Amino acid sequence: MEDNVFEFTEKNFNSEVLQSDIPVLVDFWAEWCGPCKAIAPTVGEIADEYNGTVKVGKVNVDNNQKVAMEYGIRSIPSLLIFKDGTIVNQIVGSVEKDSITKLLKEAL
Amino acid sequence: MNRKVIIIGSGPAGLTAALYAGRANLNPLVFEGNQPGGQLTITTDVENYPGFPEGVQGPEMMDLFRKQAQRFGAETQLKNVTKVDLSKYPFKVWVNQDLFTGESIIISTGASARMLGLESEKELMGYGVSTCATCDGYFFQNKKLMVVGGGDSAMEEAIFLTKFASEIWIVHRRDQLRASKIMQDRMEKNPKIQVHWNSVIQEIKGSRESGVKEVIVEDTLTGKTREESCDGVFLAIGHIPNVSLFKDILNMDKNGYIITKDGRTSTSIPGVFACGDVQDHVYRQAVTAAGSGCQAAIDAEHYLEEKS
Repeated sequence: MEDNVFEFTEKNFNSEVLQSDIPVLVDFWAEWCGPCKAIAPTVGEIADEYNGTVKVGKVNVDNNQKVAMEYGIRSIPSLLIFKDGTIVNQIVGSVEKDSITKLLKEAL
Repeated sequence: MNRKVIIIGSGPAGLTAALYAGRANLNPLVFEGNQPGGQLTITTDVENYPGFPEGVQGPEMMDLFRKQAQRFGAETQLKNVTKVDLSKYPFKVWVNQDLFTGESIIISTGASARMLGLESEKELMGYGVSTCATCDGYFFQNKKLMVVGGGDSAMEEAIFLTKFASEIWIVHRRDQLRASKIMQDRMEKNPKIQVHWNSVIQEIKGSRESGVKEVIVEDTLTGKTREESCDGVFLAIGHIPNVSLFKDILNMDKNGYIITKDGRTSTSIPGVFACGDVQDHVYRQAVTAAGSGCQAAIDAEHYLEEKS
């Protein structure tokens, strides 16, 4: 289920997310965050269903503090949707799948 | 799809009910809701659950609860119930368009953090306003924070946040705390924590882009307001039961907690049972929630036996 979920880092964030040809769903998370673990299976499902139309990946905030700070993350899980290098939508907290896919459809 | 038992909620109460109902061959279906594992998944160390002498991480403990219930046939689904009809038999439960029916229902929807009730707080939740220090404290390294509340959980949050923040102010509406002596002592000994007595937050200023910038604090004695700069606001002012699905359907007390009767988990509708924090504003512990979840499963089992 995690096969289609990318690992975004400080190093590849520009090339993989900001320069992406298709919209990107970025899941900011950490090992110590319970709600992040709760939402992970949903993010995995979305990655499978939208494979090819939306790129889906995770940013571990512990290892990539710069990225988290740059986007003003103050709570996780935070899901950011990028299109053409800019944020078009974001969701904070554990939510249902439908709320995420609704915003993805708007971005497509 | 018809079930003997449908369980709504997946904290210690719901998953213990699932374990017992599973072992009674009732093949329960658990809707885990939008916080699978419940409130313990936003804590770190659980030190008061018997059987874990070294303590256990909240999320890890809830994984164990879930696995144990699944081992005995409980089916758990990561879905959020959107509507119920408890007026006819079998009971109806909807997840968006999908309908499920149950011969008995166990409600274990728990409680959520109480909010101040400000528009700005809603707007900035997750952008500097938080109800979970263990989740969000990390993002406030060397920052100045407000912690609202005067009970044990407020002290706990404030002390936890000193790991990250440089300066913490407890905002409390009275001139003395409700917290236990031991927690007050710990708080007072911590050089990073100070208290705004007789104070309530009237407004939180900031934006989603820049985060929280300041709060407007009202002095409850003089009515005067003042501005205090800060980078974040953590709320620890108690909990409210998650009962929106059951409004005008089940009897509740004046605070919205589901009323159970006769020393059991029965609600005002036969065949519908409630356990855990949604019906308990007194103890609110993982172990008491688990205990009442066990009771609810046994009550449901008896109910199904008598009916058949």
